[in-house]
Amino acid sequence: MLTDASERNVSAETSFFEALKVQSRVMHALMLRELITRFGRDNLGVLWLVGEPMMFTLGVATLWSAAGLAHGGIGIPIVAFAVTGYSSVLMWRNAALHCTDGIGANKPLLFHRSVQVIDVLLTRIALEVAGATASFITLSLVFIYFGWMPAPEDLFLVIQGWLMLAWFGASLALMIGGGTALSPLVQRFWHPVSYLLFPLSGAAFMVDWLPTKFQQLVLLLPMVHGVEALRHGYFGNVVTAHFDLAYMAACCLIQTFVGMYLVRESSRRMEFT
Amino acid sequence: MLAVERVSKVYITRHGKHRVLKDVSFTLQRGRNIGILGRNGAGKSTMIRLISGAERPTSGRIVRGMRVSWPLAFGGAFQSHLTGLDNLKFVCRIYGVDYKPLVPAVEEFTELGDFFREPVSHYSHGMLTRLAFALSMAIEFDCFLIDEAMVVGDKRFHDRCHYELFKKRKDRAYILVSHDANVIRQYCESAVVLHDGSLLAFPNVDAAYEFYQTTLFVNPEDVER
Repeated sequence: MLTDASERNVSAETSFFEALKVQSRVMHALMLRELITRFGRDNLGVLWLVGEPMMFTLGVATLWSAAGLAHGGIGIPIVAFAVTGYSSVLMWRNAALHCTDGIGANKPLLFHRSVQVIDVLLTRIALEVAGATASFITLSLVFIYFGWMPAPEDLFLVIQGWLMLAWFGASLALMIGGGTALSPLVQRFWHPVSYLLFPLSGAAFMVDWLPTKFQQLVLLLPMVHGVEALRHGYFGNVVTAHFDLAYMAACCLIQTFVGMYLVRESSRRMEFT
Repeated sequence: MLAVERVSKVYITRHGKHRVLKDVSFTLQRGRNIGILGRNGAGKSTMIRLISGAERPTSGRIVRGMRVSWPLAFGGAFQSHLTGLDNLKFVCRIYGVDYKPLVPAVEEFTELGDFFREPVSHYSHGMLTRLAFALSMAIEFDCFLIDEAMVVGDKRFHDRCHYELFKKRKDRAYILVSHDANVIRQYCESAVVLHDGSLLAFPNVDAAYEFYQTTLFVNPEDVER
């Protein structure tokens, strides 16, 4: 819990479990509220949560296939490469992106004492992670069925890499969301930074293809480790992967703490005038 | 009981720190009510936001020993892209109340017609006010925080609010803030005056009324917004 029970709740003394109950109620309400305004009730509705990233991934896979990029000349199926790469990008980029305007769009709802900054951000993060995961699974199943991409070699490692990317995305989103709530400057900086990070994130290359000196630098970026792990799990020993999930976990842990601190500060300084 | 204990609130502005409330304390027992009188900009709304928990005090603390409402003012508290009905559902969900049995009463009270299922951003000022009031009546609070804007307005709405709040729920506690001493005298059994960030206590409403009308108002035009 980020806020102490007396501030969060009705009575002066609230147990942890009661606070948890309130928070789950609030997040459920926020989830439904987000689904309505994000996707509307018309046409596909909630299916867009999967559809949006899916169209994105499909487009990229098509472009890359059409351009006939034979990555590294080691015969990785381009579709599988695009799916794993782009799905990873969506994982860390969308959550942070949707957290930058999360507070602004929900500010009137924070008028209710039980609705806190952390609830708004966690709800948006949960939606993005769920959407990216659903689209990754759906796309993989469809492409595997049609024989456009192979089935994963090591499913456990794929899941591990994916969960690490989810943690990275979530902790990053907490930082960016909490930071933006404190100062809009964070959002201004984050937009260009996220664009610059995209080509470096490992979505469009394997670390092994890079010059050794450059490898060291790229491996400083935590999400690269997640993508490498994901691909190693997917393609097996066809690719040489470079990753250290312990390093990535350490980075995520730091981001989580920084994010939670920023969220708490923004909660304390919330103003409505 | 609701206890406001040595609460101060400082806002950071472009001109430096602006202290809105200085070391303010008071308590309110269950079922009782109090009026807070203050001129525009005296910090009445800030006070209400702090008591509701929407904002945190810079120092001091607020102990809520009963269910305290959110600030009952027009607007605020709802999301403008959602419909009136969606907002009702949202509020019910966060307070853990089933919304279904409440729909007819809210529809009837708000007189929104088809607009009840239209986004709130399409509402007129009057519609917003009625919806805001109906939503806060949907949840049973022990203590209501009421902005003066809710008890003024057109006659019909005023009468219905009056009935819902001061007749049907006369066993509840409430805090009413107003710049109009007559409003406070009409609705409250006790009163305090907020002036220069400090809360001035009085033995009864008449004493507060007297002080407010005579000492604070050199120019009666100030009463108007």
